[in-house]
Amino acid sequence: MNKARTNPLNTAAMHGALILYTLIALFPVFVILINSFKTRKAIFREPLALPDADSFSLIGYQTVMKQGDFFLYFQNSLIVTVATLFFVLLFGAMAAFALSEYRFKGNTLMGLYLALGIMIPIRIGTVAILEMMVATGLVNSLWALILVYTAQGLPLAVFILSEFMRQVSDDLKNAGRIDGLTEYTIFFKLVLPLVRPAMATVAVFNMIPIWNDLWFPLILAPAEETKTLTLGSQVFIGQFVTDWNAVLSALSMAILPVLVLYVIFSRQLIRGITSGAVK
Amino acid sequence: MQKPRIRWHIAVFLAPAVLVYTAVMIFPLFNTLRLALFSKVDQERVFVGLTNFRTLFGDPIWSEQFWNALGNNFWFFIVHMLVQNPIGVALAAILSHPRLRFAALYRSAIFIPTILSFVIVGFAWKLILSPIWGIAPSMLDAVGLKALFAPWLGKEEYALTTLALISVWQFVGIPMMLIYAALLSIPEEILEAGEIDGITGPSAFWKIKLPLILPSIGIISILTFVGNFNAFDLIYAAQGALAGPDFSTDILGTFMYRTFFGFQLQLGDPHMGSAIASAMFAIILIGVCLYLFGIQSRMRRYQL
Repeated sequence: MNKARTNPLNTAAMHGALILYTLIALFPVFVILINSFKTRKAIFREPLALPDADSFSLIGYQTVMKQGDFFLYFQNSLIVTVATLFFVLLFGAMAAFALSEYRFKGNTLMGLYLALGIMIPIRIGTVAILEMMVATGLVNSLWALILVYTAQGLPLAVFILSEFMRQVSDDLKNAGRIDGLTEYTIFFKLVLPLVRPAMATVAVFNMIPIWNDLWFPLILAPAEETKTLTLGSQVFIGQFVTDWNAVLSALSMAILPVLVLYVIFSRQLIRGITSGAVK
Repeated sequence: MQKPRIRWHIAVFLAPAVLVYTAVMIFPLFNTLRLALFSKVDQERVFVGLTNFRTLFGDPIWSEQFWNALGNNFWFFIVHMLVQNPIGVALAAILSHPRLRFAALYRSAIFIPTILSFVIVGFAWKLILSPIWGIAPSMLDAVGLKALFAPWLGKEEYALTTLALISVWQFVGIPMMLIYAALLSIPEEILEAGEIDGITGPSAFWKIKLPLILPSIGIISILTFVGNFNAFDLIYAAQGALAGPDFSTDILGTFMYRTFFGFQLQLGDPHMGSAIASAMFAIILIGVCLYLFGIQSRMRRYQL
């Protein structure tokens, strides 16, 4: 191709800049993770050294296990995230199908109405949401969080999924209609499997903000048995500020599940962002 | 093809999404705006018109807090625009270079902070910047800049900027990814045509690529604006609901939380909280409208 745009000096400079920024991005995470496996003395004496036979210690993790109910928090976060994704994908795909497949009065208006929520953050309505959850008795239940996150995730899901559903061939659907399939069968059996990649993109987009949210768990479900991992670690760290082993271990335990999920889904996530679905 | 009967399946397909969205998002949003017009008098909810807003803007104690939070919020946003977005564009420009090795690896690594929660990010940086642990001072010492160290999160004049930079560190991955996608969609022919005319290297970036990715930069700016003006988590995780030291890191999100939920000795006041939420709503609406009608509609789009 073109030689004008590559010379060894440039390449070295580019790698230098990228390596520098990668180090800046990873350094804090690295420091937290290595120090969570060290004794208190080693944490302070040599914070940047890797744990060795001498300084290795799991005391922080033992405190976390004894004092905090991290498995429960983790389970709550998992239930909330998975249930929300299920509802966002199911309801979002159904609405997207209705908007992209059928011509009916008010179609455009309905599309605009559902798109409003892409730009307006749901947090603005928190006061009324809390009142509603108190009135319906859903406060301090995981359902409160699932409902709020579903409402928050739907606008973008409908937007992205309807873009993709417009690309599904009409011939296929009409062939199904001639064979006597109902509209519901066409949606579930023909269209849904074809937009699976788009559904994965929507799922990955929704997953991170839900898992990491602190605002709604703090306000709608702060009870001990409904704490999510994010809120649970916030409260735990707040109580154990002076116990560095425990704080570092709690942080590491909050980082690890997200990191594992990221390693599994990073391809999907990056492809989703760069595919132009949200441009 | 004439179908006079009602097509029920359309309603069935739309109903769940519309119901949940309306009941949990749109209705509470307007209900919050309505609640801002009420107040509690003798345990009863009374309509008071615009009194809450008069208190918020007129009462010295309230208005001082409000303008402080708003000003801080603007500074928070400006730091993001001046630091996060240029770094994001620069990283994307390097990453999109053809035949760069390990591009995928760099991309994935730089995106890692973005997936972490504010709680993790806030505490991790709090520990690293802490003078007790001494990682930051000893690292500055290694490059001979120890004199520059200060307990940044504890000083009124630095705390907000430090937190804004921490947030930049966390979110730089998003502009990087979006700009990267935009840069990849520029056809090779355009760049080659420029090369024939003698435009290469940096000037190719400034003269050809940058004008083409301006719409993406616009979208990133408005996303940053909306995100910053309802930010809360990072400040709460790092500095607590009081947004210390001395409210110097208070932004609209923490101000609203304190007001409506209460803290320490102050009782929560849902109606004043709603008034602040309404003000936030207005600010975000103004920002989004400015973008849609002022910037996006005037921006030149090139057919690629």
